[in-house]
Amino acid sequence: MHISEGILSAPVLAGGAVLTTLGTAVGLKKLDYDRIMTVSLFSAAFFVASLIHVPVGPGSVHLLLGGLLGIILGWGAFPAIVVALALQTIFFQYGGMIVLGVNGFTIAGPAVLCGLIFRPWLKGSRKQQMIAGFLAGFFAMFLSALLIGAALYLSDRGFLRAAGLLLVSHLPVMIIEGLITMFVVTFLAKVQPEILSLNN
Amino acid sequence: MIDEPFASGSTLFHKRDTRVKLVGAAAISLVLALCSSFLVAVTGCIITAMMLILSKPDLKLVSKRIIGVNIFTFFIWLTLPLTYGGSETLTFSMFNLSMDGIRLAALITVKTNGIFFCILALLATSTTASLGHGLEKLGFPKKLCFLLLFSYRQLFVINQEYHRLLRAAKLRGFSPANTMHTYRTYSHLFGMTLVKSWNRAERVHQAMLLRGFNGRLIPLNQSPPGKADYFFLIIMLLISLFLAGLSLFCYNSL
Repeated sequence: MHISEGILSAPVLAGGAVLTTLGTAVGLKKLDYDRIMTVSLFSAAFFVASLIHVPVGPGSVHLLLGGLLGIILGWGAFPAIVVALALQTIFFQYGGMIVLGVNGFTIAGPAVLCGLIFRPWLKGSRKQQMIAGFLAGFFAMFLSALLIGAALYLSDRGFLRAAGLLLVSHLPVMIIEGLITMFVVTFLAKVQPEILSLNN
Repeated sequence: MIDEPFASGSTLFHKRDTRVKLVGAAAISLVLALCSSFLVAVTGCIITAMMLILSKPDLKLVSKRIIGVNIFTFFIWLTLPLTYGGSETLTFSMFNLSMDGIRLAALITVKTNGIFFCILALLATSTTASLGHGLEKLGFPKKLCFLLLFSYRQLFVINQEYHRLLRAAKLRGFSPANTMHTYRTYSHLFGMTLVKSWNRAERVHQAMLLRGFNGRLIPLNQSPPGKADYFFLIIMLLISLFLAGLSLFCYNSL
Protein backbone atom coordinates (compact mmCIF):
# COMPACT_ATOMS: atom_id res chain seq x y z
CA MET A 1 0.00 0.00 0.00
CA HIS A 2 1.39 3.37 -1.01
CA ILE A 3 0.29 6.74 0.16
CA SER A 4 -0.31 8.84 -2.94
CA GLU A 5 1.18 12.24 -3.49
CA GLY A 6 -0.79 15.23 -2.24
CA ILE A 7 -2.24 13.78 0.96
CA LEU A 8 0.30 14.33 3.72
CA SER A 9 1.26 17.56 5.45
CA ALA A 10 4.65 19.25 5.13
CA PRO A 11 6.05 18.22 8.56
CA VAL A 12 5.14 14.55 7.94
CA LEU A 13 6.67 14.63 4.46
CA ALA A 14 9.82 16.27 5.80
CA GLY A 15 10.06 13.80 8.71
CA GLY A 16 9.67 10.85 6.35
CA ALA A 17 12.31 12.25 4.01
CA VAL A 18 14.80 12.71 6.85
CA LEU A 19 14.21 9.21 8.28
CA THR A 20 14.45 7.57 4.86
CA THR A 21 17.62 9.48 4.03
CA LEU A 22 19.17 8.35 7.33
CA GLY A 23 18.08 4.74 6.88
CA THR A 24 19.29 4.64 3.29
CA ALA A 25 22.61 6.21 4.30
CA VAL A 26 23.16 3.57 7.01
CA GLY A 27 22.12 0.81 4.58
CA LEU A 28 24.48 2.07 1.87
CA LYS A 29 27.34 2.47 4.33
CA LYS A 30 27.00 -1.14 5.43
CA LEU A 31 26.85 -2.28 1.83
CA ASP A 32 30.12 -2.97 0.05
CA TYR A 33 30.55 -3.48 -3.67
CA ASP A 34 30.79 -7.26 -3.23
CA ARG A 35 27.20 -7.42 -2.03
CA ILE A 36 25.73 -4.67 -4.15
CA MET A 37 24.80 -7.03 -6.96
CA THR A 38 22.86 -9.27 -4.57
CA VAL A 39 21.01 -6.31 -3.11
CA SER A 40 20.11 -5.04 -6.62
CA LEU A 41 18.74 -8.41 -7.61
CA PHE A 42 16.71 -8.73 -4.42
CA SER A 43 15.45 -5.20 -4.92
CA ALA A 44 14.24 -6.29 -8.35
CA ALA A 45 12.72 -9.44 -6.80
CA PHE A 46 10.91 -7.26 -4.26
CA PHE A 47 9.48 -5.26 -7.17
CA VAL A 48 8.35 -8.49 -8.84
CA ALA A 49 6.74 -9.66 -5.57
CA SER A 50 4.57 -6.56 -5.62
CA LEU A 51 3.17 -7.75 -8.96
CA ILE A 52 2.19 -11.17 -7.58
CA HIS A 53 -1.47 -11.31 -6.67
CA VAL A 54 -2.51 -13.93 -4.15
CA PRO A 55 -6.18 -14.82 -3.67
CA VAL A 56 -7.76 -13.77 -0.36
CA GLY A 57 -11.48 -14.32 0.09
CA PRO A 58 -13.35 -13.07 -2.97
CA GLY A 59 -10.53 -10.73 -4.09
CA SER A 60 -6.77 -10.78 -4.18
CA VAL A 61 -3.91 -8.87 -2.59
CA HIS A 62 -0.45 -8.21 -3.89
CA LEU A 63 2.54 -9.29 -1.86
CA LEU A 64 4.94 -6.89 -0.17
CA LEU A 65 7.36 -9.20 1.64
CA GLY A 66 9.21 -6.43 3.46
CA GLY A 67 9.85 -8.73 6.43
CA LEU A 68 11.43 -11.31 4.15
CA LEU A 69 13.73 -8.74 2.57
CA GLY A 70 14.68 -7.48 6.05
CA ILE A 71 15.57 -11.02 7.15
CA ILE A 72 17.71 -11.62 4.07
CA LEU A 73 19.43 -8.24 3.65
CA GLY A 74 19.33 -6.64 7.13
CA TRP A 75 20.09 -2.92 6.76
CA GLY A 76 20.64 -3.48 3.04
CA ALA A 77 16.85 -3.84 2.78
CA PHE A 78 16.51 -0.10 3.31
CA PRO A 79 18.12 1.08 0.06
CA ALA A 80 16.72 -1.98 -1.74
CA ILE A 81 13.13 -1.04 -0.81
CA VAL A 82 13.65 2.66 -1.54
CA VAL A 83 14.99 1.75 -4.99
CA ALA A 84 12.08 -0.61 -5.68
CA LEU A 85 9.61 2.12 -4.67
CA ALA A 86 11.39 4.63 -6.90
CA LEU A 87 11.11 2.17 -9.78
CA GLN A 88 7.39 1.80 -9.10
CA THR A 89 7.02 5.57 -9.29
CA ILE A 90 8.89 5.63 -12.60
CA PHE A 91 7.06 2.67 -14.13
CA PHE A 92 3.53 2.96 -12.78
CA GLN A 93 3.49 6.44 -11.19
CA TYR A 94 2.45 4.84 -7.85
CA GLY A 95 3.51 6.99 -4.93
CA GLY A 96 5.61 9.94 -6.03
CA MET A 97 8.88 11.80 -5.64
CA ILE A 98 7.96 13.89 -2.62
CA VAL A 99 6.08 11.17 -0.74
CA LEU A 100 8.87 8.64 -1.41
CA GLY A 101 10.44 9.55 1.93
CA VAL A 102 7.33 8.59 3.88
CA ASN A 103 6.57 5.51 1.76
CA GLY A 104 10.20 4.41 2.03
CA PHE A 105 10.24 4.68 5.80
CA THR A 106 6.83 3.09 6.37
CA ILE A 107 7.87 -0.01 4.43
CA ALA A 108 11.64 -0.23 4.89
CA GLY A 109 11.72 0.78 8.58
CA PRO A 110 9.58 -2.16 9.80
CA ALA A 111 11.33 -4.48 7.31
CA VAL A 112 14.77 -3.72 8.74
CA LEU A 113 13.50 -3.84 12.33
CA CYS A 114 11.80 -7.23 11.85
CA GLY A 115 14.85 -8.51 10.01
CA LEU A 116 17.17 -7.55 12.86
CA ILE A 117 14.84 -9.01 15.51
CA PHE A 118 13.93 -12.30 13.84
CA ARG A 119 17.08 -13.19 11.90
CA PRO A 120 18.86 -14.77 14.91
CA TRP A 121 15.87 -17.12 15.40
CA LEU A 122 16.57 -18.74 12.04
CA LYS A 123 19.57 -20.57 13.47
CA GLY A 124 17.22 -22.70 15.59
CA SER A 125 15.05 -25.68 14.72
CA ARG A 126 12.67 -25.82 11.77
CA LYS A 127 9.79 -24.90 14.03
CA GLN A 128 11.63 -21.81 15.24
CA GLN A 129 12.36 -20.88 11.64
CA MET A 130 8.68 -21.14 10.81
CA ILE A 131 7.67 -18.98 13.77
CA ALA A 132 10.36 -16.40 12.98
CA GLY A 133 9.27 -16.27 9.33
CA PHE A 134 5.60 -15.85 10.19
CA LEU A 135 6.23 -13.18 12.82
CA ALA A 136 8.64 -11.24 10.57
CA GLY A 137 6.11 -11.18 7.71
CA PHE A 138 3.16 -10.40 9.98
CA PHE A 139 4.78 -7.67 12.04
CA ALA A 140 6.53 -5.97 9.13
CA MET A 141 3.13 -5.55 7.48
CA PHE A 142 1.43 -4.64 10.77
CA LEU A 143 4.00 -1.95 11.57
CA SER A 144 3.86 -0.63 8.00
CA ALA A 145 0.08 -0.25 8.20
CA LEU A 146 0.47 1.35 11.65
CA LEU A 147 3.06 3.83 10.36
CA ILE A 148 0.92 4.67 7.32
CA GLY A 149 -2.01 5.27 9.66
CA ALA A 150 0.21 7.44 11.88
CA ALA A 151 1.43 9.44 8.87
CA LEU A 152 -2.18 10.08 7.86
CA TYR A 153 -3.26 10.95 11.41
CA LEU A 154 -0.33 13.31 11.96
CA SER A 155 -1.14 15.09 8.69
CA ASP A 156 -4.76 15.68 9.58
CA ARG A 157 -6.51 14.57 12.76
CA GLY A 158 -9.65 13.91 10.72
CA PHE A 159 -7.92 10.88 9.20
CA LEU A 160 -8.08 9.02 12.53
CA ARG A 161 -10.96 6.71 11.69
CA ALA A 162 -9.81 6.22 8.10
CA ALA A 163 -6.40 5.20 9.46
CA GLY A 164 -8.06 2.75 11.87
CA LEU A 165 -10.06 1.29 9.01
CA LEU A 166 -6.87 0.93 6.97
CA LEU A 167 -5.18 -0.98 9.80
CA VAL A 168 -8.15 -3.33 10.33
CA SER A 169 -8.66 -3.96 6.61
CA HIS A 170 -5.00 -4.99 6.35
CA LEU A 171 -5.35 -7.73 8.96
CA PRO A 172 -5.89 -10.50 6.37
CA VAL A 173 -2.95 -9.12 4.37
CA MET A 174 -0.76 -9.36 7.48
CA ILE A 175 -1.68 -13.01 7.93
CA ILE A 176 -0.99 -13.79 4.25
CA GLU A 177 2.35 -11.95 4.45
CA GLY A 178 3.18 -13.97 7.55
CA LEU A 179 2.28 -17.28 5.90
CA ILE A 180 4.13 -16.55 2.67
CA THR A 181 7.23 -15.29 4.51
CA MET A 182 7.13 -18.41 6.70
CA PHE A 183 6.99 -20.75 3.69
CA VAL A 184 9.67 -18.84 1.76
CA VAL A 185 12.02 -18.83 4.77
CA THR A 186 11.71 -22.58 5.36
CA PHE A 187 12.07 -23.17 1.60
CA LEU A 188 15.26 -21.10 1.45
CA ALA A 189 16.66 -22.75 4.59
CA LYS A 190 16.28 -26.08 2.83
CA VAL A 191 17.26 -25.14 -0.73
CA GLN A 192 19.93 -22.47 -0.38
CA PRO A 193 20.73 -21.67 3.25
CA GLU A 194 23.50 -19.21 2.23
CA ILE A 195 20.82 -16.69 1.30
CA LEU A 196 19.80 -16.58 4.97
CA SER A 197 23.49 -16.65 6.02
CA LEU A 198 22.86 -19.96 7.76
CA ASN A 199 25.90 -21.82 6.42
CA ASN A 200 28.51 -20.17 8.63
CA MET B 1 3.67 -5.85 -18.14
CA ILE B 2 6.75 -3.87 -17.13
CA ASP B 3 7.79 -1.50 -19.87
CA GLU B 4 8.29 2.19 -20.51
CA PRO B 5 5.55 3.04 -23.00
CA PHE B 6 5.90 6.81 -22.56
CA ALA B 7 9.67 7.00 -22.92
CA SER B 8 9.80 6.89 -26.71
CA GLY B 9 8.80 9.95 -28.68
CA SER B 10 10.23 13.10 -30.15
CA THR B 11 8.32 15.88 -28.40
CA LEU B 12 9.80 18.81 -26.55
CA PHE B 13 9.60 16.80 -23.33
CA HIS B 14 11.37 13.73 -24.66
CA LYS B 15 14.27 15.80 -26.00
CA ARG B 16 15.08 17.62 -22.76
CA ASP B 17 17.96 16.65 -20.53
CA THR B 18 16.96 14.22 -17.76
CA ARG B 19 18.56 16.26 -14.97
CA VAL B 20 16.53 19.31 -15.92
CA LYS B 21 13.34 17.25 -15.96
CA LEU B 22 14.13 15.69 -12.58
CA VAL B 23 14.62 19.09 -10.96
CA GLY B 24 11.49 20.49 -12.64
CA ALA B 25 9.36 17.50 -11.60
CA ALA B 26 10.60 17.71 -8.00
CA ALA B 27 9.89 21.47 -7.80
CA ILE B 28 6.37 21.26 -9.24
CA SER B 29 5.49 18.13 -7.21
CA LEU B 30 6.70 19.81 -4.03
CA VAL B 31 4.61 22.94 -4.51
CA LEU B 32 1.52 20.94 -5.45
CA ALA B 33 2.00 18.45 -2.61
CA LEU B 34 2.19 21.23 -0.04
CA CYS B 35 -0.57 23.54 -1.27
CA SER B 36 -3.78 23.65 0.71
CA SER B 37 -6.04 25.76 -1.49
CA PHE B 38 -8.30 24.65 -4.29
CA LEU B 39 -7.29 27.51 -6.53
CA VAL B 40 -3.61 26.49 -6.50
CA ALA B 41 -4.37 22.77 -6.83
CA VAL B 42 -6.70 23.29 -9.79
CA THR B 43 -4.37 25.78 -11.52
CA GLY B 44 -1.43 23.39 -11.00
CA CYS B 45 -3.46 20.46 -12.25
CA ILE B 46 -4.44 22.37 -15.42
CA ILE B 47 -0.82 23.37 -16.07
CA THR B 48 0.50 19.83 -15.58
CA ALA B 49 -2.33 18.42 -17.70
CA MET B 50 -1.29 20.79 -20.50
CA MET B 51 2.31 19.63 -20.09
CA LEU B 52 1.11 16.05 -20.36
CA ILE B 53 -0.84 16.82 -23.54
CA LEU B 54 2.25 18.48 -25.04
CA SER B 55 4.22 15.28 -24.40
CA LYS B 56 1.70 13.46 -26.66
CA PRO B 57 1.20 10.28 -24.61
CA ASP B 58 -0.94 7.30 -25.58
CA LEU B 59 -4.25 8.43 -24.05
CA LYS B 60 -5.58 4.92 -23.62
CA LEU B 61 -2.58 4.03 -21.50
CA VAL B 62 -2.85 7.26 -19.54
CA SER B 63 -6.44 6.47 -18.61
CA LYS B 64 -5.39 3.01 -17.43
CA ARG B 65 -2.66 4.54 -15.26
CA ILE B 66 -5.10 7.10 -13.86
CA ILE B 67 -7.17 4.24 -12.46
CA GLY B 68 -4.12 2.70 -10.77
CA VAL B 69 -3.02 5.99 -9.26
CA ASN B 70 -6.49 6.75 -7.93
CA ILE B 71 -6.95 3.54 -5.91
CA PHE B 72 -5.80 5.37 -2.79
CA THR B 73 -7.96 8.37 -3.68
CA PHE B 74 -10.90 5.99 -3.99
CA PHE B 75 -10.22 4.71 -0.47
CA ILE B 76 -10.19 8.31 0.74
CA TRP B 77 -13.52 9.07 -0.94
CA LEU B 78 -14.96 5.95 0.69
CA THR B 79 -13.81 6.85 4.18
CA LEU B 80 -13.31 10.59 4.68
CA PRO B 81 -16.87 11.85 3.98
CA LEU B 82 -18.21 9.31 6.49
CA THR B 83 -15.56 9.61 9.18
CA TYR B 84 -14.06 13.11 9.01
CA GLY B 85 -16.59 14.82 11.27
CA GLY B 86 -16.99 18.60 11.50
CA SER B 87 -20.00 20.84 11.92
CA GLU B 88 -21.41 20.93 8.38
CA THR B 89 -23.07 17.73 7.30
CA LEU B 90 -25.07 16.54 4.35
CA THR B 91 -27.63 13.89 5.18
CA PHE B 92 -28.42 11.12 2.72
CA SER B 93 -31.03 8.66 4.02
CA MET B 94 -29.01 6.98 6.78
CA PHE B 95 -25.59 8.55 6.11
CA ASN B 96 -24.26 11.81 7.48
CA LEU B 97 -21.62 13.06 5.06
CA SER B 98 -19.11 15.55 6.41
CA MET B 99 -18.68 18.59 4.15
CA ASP B 100 -15.11 19.07 5.40
CA GLY B 101 -14.37 15.45 4.55
CA ILE B 102 -15.76 15.85 1.04
CA ARG B 103 -13.78 19.07 0.56
CA LEU B 104 -10.54 17.42 1.70
CA ALA B 105 -11.13 14.34 -0.45
CA ALA B 106 -11.73 16.56 -3.50
CA LEU B 107 -8.60 18.62 -2.80
CA ILE B 108 -6.52 15.46 -2.43
CA THR B 109 -7.91 14.07 -5.69
CA VAL B 110 -6.97 17.22 -7.62
CA LYS B 111 -3.47 17.33 -6.07
CA THR B 112 -2.76 13.64 -6.59
CA ASN B 113 -3.78 13.77 -10.24
CA GLY B 114 -1.94 17.03 -10.87
CA ILE B 115 1.29 15.52 -9.58
CA PHE B 116 0.59 12.34 -11.55
CA PHE B 117 0.33 14.37 -14.78
CA CYS B 118 3.57 16.15 -13.93
CA ILE B 119 5.45 12.89 -13.27
CA LEU B 120 4.05 11.40 -16.47
CA ALA B 121 5.06 14.43 -18.57
CA LEU B 122 8.50 14.90 -17.05
CA LEU B 123 9.78 11.58 -15.73
CA ALA B 124 8.00 8.94 -17.79
CA THR B 125 9.31 10.61 -20.95
CA SER B 126 12.85 9.56 -19.97
CA THR B 127 14.14 6.01 -19.87
CA THR B 128 14.92 4.62 -16.42
CA ALA B 129 18.56 4.23 -17.45
CA SER B 130 18.93 7.93 -18.17
CA LEU B 131 17.04 8.81 -14.97
CA GLY B 132 19.55 6.72 -12.98
CA HIS B 133 22.51 8.46 -14.59
CA GLY B 134 20.76 11.82 -14.23
CA LEU B 135 20.34 11.27 -10.47
CA GLU B 136 24.03 10.41 -10.20
CA LYS B 137 24.97 13.64 -12.00
CA LEU B 138 22.71 15.55 -9.60
CA GLY B 139 24.82 14.30 -6.72
CA PHE B 140 22.84 11.31 -5.42
CA PRO B 141 25.03 8.59 -3.82
CA LYS B 142 26.78 6.48 -6.43
CA LYS B 143 25.84 3.21 -4.75
CA LEU B 144 22.16 4.15 -4.72
CA CYS B 145 22.19 5.07 -8.43
CA PHE B 146 24.00 1.84 -9.17
CA LEU B 147 21.33 -0.07 -7.25
CA LEU B 148 18.61 1.70 -9.23
CA LEU B 149 20.25 1.02 -12.59
CA PHE B 150 21.02 -2.57 -11.81
CA SER B 151 17.66 -3.44 -10.27
CA TYR B 152 16.09 -1.94 -13.37
CA ARG B 153 18.35 -4.02 -15.60
CA GLN B 154 17.49 -7.25 -13.77
CA LEU B 155 13.81 -6.55 -13.21
CA PHE B 156 12.74 -8.00 -16.53
CA VAL B 157 14.92 -11.07 -16.11
CA ILE B 158 13.53 -11.85 -12.67
CA ASN B 159 9.98 -11.20 -13.78
CA GLN B 160 10.50 -13.62 -16.65
CA GLU B 161 11.99 -16.24 -14.33
CA TYR B 162 9.02 -15.95 -11.99
CA HIS B 163 6.57 -16.23 -14.86
CA ARG B 164 8.38 -19.24 -16.26
CA LEU B 165 7.99 -21.00 -12.92
CA LEU B 166 4.36 -19.93 -12.67
CA ARG B 167 3.68 -21.22 -16.18
CA ALA B 168 5.25 -24.56 -15.29
CA ALA B 169 3.05 -24.75 -12.19
CA LYS B 170 -0.05 -23.94 -14.23
CA LEU B 171 0.83 -26.61 -16.77
CA ARG B 172 0.86 -29.06 -13.89
CA GLY B 173 -2.71 -28.06 -13.09
CA PHE B 174 -2.11 -25.43 -10.40
CA SER B 175 -5.07 -23.09 -10.00
CA PRO B 176 -5.00 -20.49 -7.21
CA ALA B 177 -7.66 -20.70 -4.51
CA ASN B 178 -8.06 -19.75 -0.87
CA THR B 179 -6.08 -22.71 0.39
CA MET B 180 -2.88 -23.29 2.27
CA HIS B 181 -1.67 -25.22 -0.77
CA THR B 182 -1.96 -22.06 -2.90
CA TYR B 183 0.01 -19.98 -0.41
CA ARG B 184 2.67 -22.65 -0.13
CA THR B 185 2.92 -22.92 -3.92
CA TYR B 186 3.28 -19.16 -4.37
CA SER B 187 5.90 -19.11 -1.61
CA HIS B 188 7.90 -21.85 -3.23
CA LEU B 189 7.64 -20.19 -6.64
CA PHE B 190 8.86 -16.92 -5.19
CA GLY B 191 11.49 -18.70 -3.08
CA MET B 192 12.82 -20.38 -6.21
CA THR B 193 12.86 -16.97 -7.93
CA LEU B 194 15.01 -15.69 -5.05
CA VAL B 195 17.35 -18.66 -5.35
CA LYS B 196 17.75 -17.98 -9.06
CA SER B 197 18.27 -14.26 -8.41
CA TRP B 198 20.93 -15.05 -5.82
CA ASN B 199 22.85 -17.32 -8.17
CA ARG B 200 22.45 -14.89 -11.04
CA ALA B 201 23.81 -12.06 -8.86
CA GLU B 202 26.90 -14.16 -8.18
CA ARG B 203 27.46 -14.88 -11.88
CA VAL B 204 26.85 -11.29 -12.99
CA HIS B 205 29.19 -10.00 -10.28
CA GLN B 206 31.97 -12.35 -11.36
CA ALA B 207 31.46 -11.48 -15.03
CA MET B 208 31.61 -7.76 -14.25
CA LEU B 209 34.75 -8.11 -12.15
CA LEU B 210 36.37 -9.90 -15.08
CA ARG B 211 35.54 -6.91 -17.26
CA GLY B 212 37.23 -4.53 -14.85
CA PHE B 213 34.15 -3.23 -13.02
CA ASN B 214 35.06 -0.71 -10.32
CA GLY B 215 31.64 0.31 -9.01
CA ARG B 216 30.71 2.78 -11.73
CA LEU B 217 28.52 2.38 -14.76
CA ILE B 218 29.48 4.73 -17.54
CA PRO B 219 26.63 6.10 -19.68
CA LEU B 220 27.39 6.43 -23.37
CA ASN B 221 24.94 9.16 -24.29
CA GLN B 222 25.05 11.88 -21.67
CA SER B 223 25.78 15.24 -23.20
CA PRO B 224 25.73 18.29 -20.92
CA PRO B 225 22.46 20.25 -20.85
CA GLY B 226 22.19 22.77 -23.70
CA LYS B 227 20.61 26.21 -23.95
CA ALA B 228 17.16 24.78 -24.64
CA ASP B 229 17.45 22.63 -21.49
CA TYR B 230 18.30 25.61 -19.31
CA PHE B 231 15.44 27.56 -20.85
CA PHE B 232 13.12 24.63 -20.08
CA LEU B 233 14.42 24.50 -16.51
CA ILE B 234 13.70 28.22 -16.05
CA ILE B 235 10.13 27.73 -17.29
CA MET B 236 9.57 24.80 -14.92
CA LEU B 237 10.96 26.78 -11.99
CA LEU B 238 8.84 29.79 -12.94
CA ILE B 239 5.75 27.56 -12.93
CA SER B 240 6.66 26.30 -9.45
CA LEU B 241 7.34 29.84 -8.22
CA PHE B 242 4.04 31.06 -9.66
CA LEU B 243 2.16 28.25 -7.90
CA ALA B 244 4.07 28.85 -4.66
CA GLY B 245 3.29 32.57 -4.83
CA LEU B 246 -0.37 31.88 -5.51
CA SER B 247 -0.35 29.45 -2.60
CA LEU B 248 1.07 32.09 -0.25
CA PHE B 249 -1.43 34.66 -1.50
CA CYS B 250 -4.35 32.27 -0.86
CA TYR B 251 -2.93 31.38 2.57
CA ASN B 252 -2.65 35.05 3.60
CA SER B 253 -6.08 35.99 2.35
CA LEU B 254 -7.76 33.26 4.43
